[in-house]
Amino acid sequence: MDWLNAILQGTLLGGLYALFAAGLSLIFGVMRLVNIAHGDLIVLSAYVALSFGVSLGLNPLVALLLVVPSMALIGYALQRLILNRTMGEDLLPPLLVTFGLSVILQNVLLMGYSADPQNLQAGTIETASVNLGPVAVGVMPVLVFITAVVVIAALQWMFYRTALGRAFRATSDRQDVAQLMGLNRAHVFGLAMALSLAVTALAGVFLGIRTAFDPAAGGARLIFGFEAVIIGGLGNLWGTLAGGVILGVAQTLGAKIDPGYQILAGHIVFLIILALRPRGLFPRIDG
Amino acid sequence: MPDALLSLQALNAHYGDFQALYGVNLKVEPGEVVAVIGANGAGKTTMLRSIAGLLRNAPEAIRWKGQAIGALRADQVAALGIALVPEGRLLFPSLSVEENLIIGGQLGRKGPWSLPRVYELFPILKERRHQQSTSLSGGQQQMVAIGRALMANPELVLMDEISLGLAPVIIRQIYEALPGIVGEGLTAMIVEQDIAKALSVSQRVYCLQEGRVSLEGQSQSVPREEITRAYFGV
Amino acid sequence: MTLIVTRRTRLSTAWLILLVPIVLLLIAAPWWAGRADLRLMGEIALYMSLAVLWNLLAGYAGLVSVGQQAYVGFGGYLFFALTMLAGLHPYAALPLVVLAGFVISAPVAVLIFRLRGAYFAIGTWVVAEVFRLSFAQVSALGGGSGTSLSPNIVRSLADGRDAREAVAWWLALGAVSLVIGAVVWLLRSRQGVALTAIRDNELAARSLGIDIWRTKFTVYVLVSGLTALIGALIFLQKLRISPDAAFSANDWTAFVIFIVVIGGIGTLEGPILGTLVFFALRETLADLGTVYLIALGIVAIVIMLFAPRGLWGFLRDRWGVELFPLSRRVSGLAKKEA
Repeated sequence: MDWLNAILQGTLLGGLYALFAAGLSLIFGVMRLVNIAHGDLIVLSAYVALSFGVSLGLNPLVALLLVVPSMALIGYALQRLILNRTMGEDLLPPLLVTFGLSVILQNVLLMGYSADPQNLQAGTIETASVNLGPVAVGVMPVLVFITAVVVIAALQWMFYRTALGRAFRATSDRQDVAQLMGLNRAHVFGLAMALSLAVTALAGVFLGIRTAFDPAAGGARLIFGFEAVIIGGLGNLWGTLAGGVILGVAQTLGAKIDPGYQILAGHIVFLIILALRPRGLFPRIDG
Repeated sequence: MPDALLSLQALNAHYGDFQALYGVNLKVEPGEVVAVIGANGAGKTTMLRSIAGLLRNAPEAIRWKGQAIGALRADQVAALGIALVPEGRLLFPSLSVEENLIIGGQLGRKGPWSLPRVYELFPILKERRHQQSTSLSGGQQQMVAIGRALMANPELVLMDEISLGLAPVIIRQIYEALPGIVGEGLTAMIVEQDIAKALSVSQRVYCLQEGRVSLEGQSQSVPREEITRAYFGV
Repeated sequence: MTLIVTRRTRLSTAWLILLVPIVLLLIAAPWWAGRADLRLMGEIALYMSLAVLWNLLAGYAGLVSVGQQAYVGFGGYLFFALTMLAGLHPYAALPLVVLAGFVISAPVAVLIFRLRGAYFAIGTWVVAEVFRLSFAQVSALGGGSGTSLSPNIVRSLADGRDAREAVAWWLALGAVSLVIGAVVWLLRSRQGVALTAIRDNELAARSLGIDIWRTKFTVYVLVSGLTALIGALIFLQKLRISPDAAFSANDWTAFVIFIVVIGGIGTLEGPILGTLVFFALRETLADLGTVYLIALGIVAIVIMLFAPRGLWGFLRDRWGVELFPLSRRVSGLAKKEA
């Protein structure tokens, strides 16, 4: 029964990892950008929620109503002011600029909030649990998992059913021809980053409710999100959810064997999948 | 004298150190069809890319209704009412046929062209509207590319080598559709290597040779041997 | 008319001649520098080595790794293990560390070369994390809290503290000379021509029949082995190792990347110049702590956006200077006009 419980907890944890990954996957899909600062932006979201909580006395789940638009705005500005200048054939500039951004963010958070671990207090919902057959699961992890499913379904719908998604796909296909259609690439990229950071805001707040976080917590979150993307297969949003679940289950099972193995087990499963299925488990057919 | 719809005034263009156009002068008046002919590498595509805003190194040399537009981005040029049917069609592979057409009209300019009108012009596209654009034949893809430009309801449409790589019977079909397109008061600039086809649908013709205008005249009255000389530079 | 192809310029020849007294002066440092200065110079030499190596990886081979701390930590830990657990003399352990670096990085390369571009970068980070978490499990080396180098091993290097400081400095100086020498040798070899071709245009290089995978693999393995050596020397200087210090992404990757970006990526001189600038800034601004890091990040971003070839690129564009004879120049062409 312990093992079943571990698998279930890992699956639910996978929902959080899918949220880490969805934003990463989105901007890679639209503009082939890999944002090294992604994890730090997740942590930034948690701190933004913390500040809203302290200053306005908001429950972090309510604060989401402010955090999500704030992060979207930051994303749009970041893309238009800095990242768009790095977009081109050469991979190095965006990589190094987002890397620099990551170091800046970590140290700005360190200055503003110190290195002490923080936590977002969501109230009684944190400890509430429901019985699923023989095992009890927390309400919060279930809520996070459902949110991840809803977010991915919404992104999928946006991508394939809306004018914005059409613009994203067209720009991803051929940037210059998309310009000929009257799409301003700089604006389209800005919107993609805004959307990515809106998802990141959700991920950050849920992370902050689940565990303690500090300014240096971003790196691991970037890696988890990245692993979920690669396990699931590049460019496949539902695959990203599957990747998150596989990673989450690997970690909880690893922790079950020995708490020191939790993170290591996730990395090893990732490396095994990379060795056996380099394009991920569910690669997009038109690759 | 009123300003031309489009005029190029001593347009130079270069890719890095390589200069592709040398002082090209050209005018397009409202409602006319202008053909631009020239051999491979004469600078035809470069000229269209410059007008469309994809290649920006001559801010003052390109004028639209008298205003300099050479510094505008491609999307800003599109918003003025200039549409390009690019060489090689360049459809969006992730978009269906219908989505390719819809995205062509996403600026929302008013005019005669709409999805039903494009389907009327090219009925085969209606049958194939839910397919991936890359699954179509070359001729059908060219129809999508033309339809995509028309959906923008442009005032000027630039067509780059629309017969390239297509079977003669398909080329004939597409050229038969052209009068129906330009009949709506649309102005067109047609770049072609197929001289006969270009002359048959246009009123005026320019010939480019190694980046310079080597001939300008009325399509119906320019003597053949002059065209040959201007085209091949012999 | 005779065309002469040469890599030498008057400046590079002058520089190579000037290099001899500079090196002699550096070798003699224990007799003229204080203990603190000697330590600082050793640190500079080791950072310079890391920067030159990372630049070879990212600037020439296009392998932008953010996980080279994997090999710094690996080298450090292996050195501690070989001396303390296997009882080897430090001098015997050092070449083995390089060898082990080659051996461990080869399968890693096979695996992570499957990731393209920026995803490769994050893949290298995952590998570094795996190394860190694995070494944290080794209780013989202190597990998560780390261990110190036992005094008798330190004593086996030389008698007396001053002599040991001198040895540590000579090792660091030897390492940076070895690294720069190896990189110059590689860039002047056939592999170097292939590398430069890849740096300038990967597609064209491929069409010329250059085996890109093999070239990159060679560079990755070479760089990783030498990075492990530098790691061993870093922790020989520090005398203490722990997983967090050994596999620190900030210390062994972030700083190194900033050094290379500021100095000029894709040139040999860039990282050398960058290291000197980095330490000059650190010695004057380090008291500012986090502000210093923020400023470094901003400077790196600004350079990447507005002067992507860094300080050295700026100098070279201005005056066409090159200190190491790497690029071939043709002379004699002017005579044709005359």
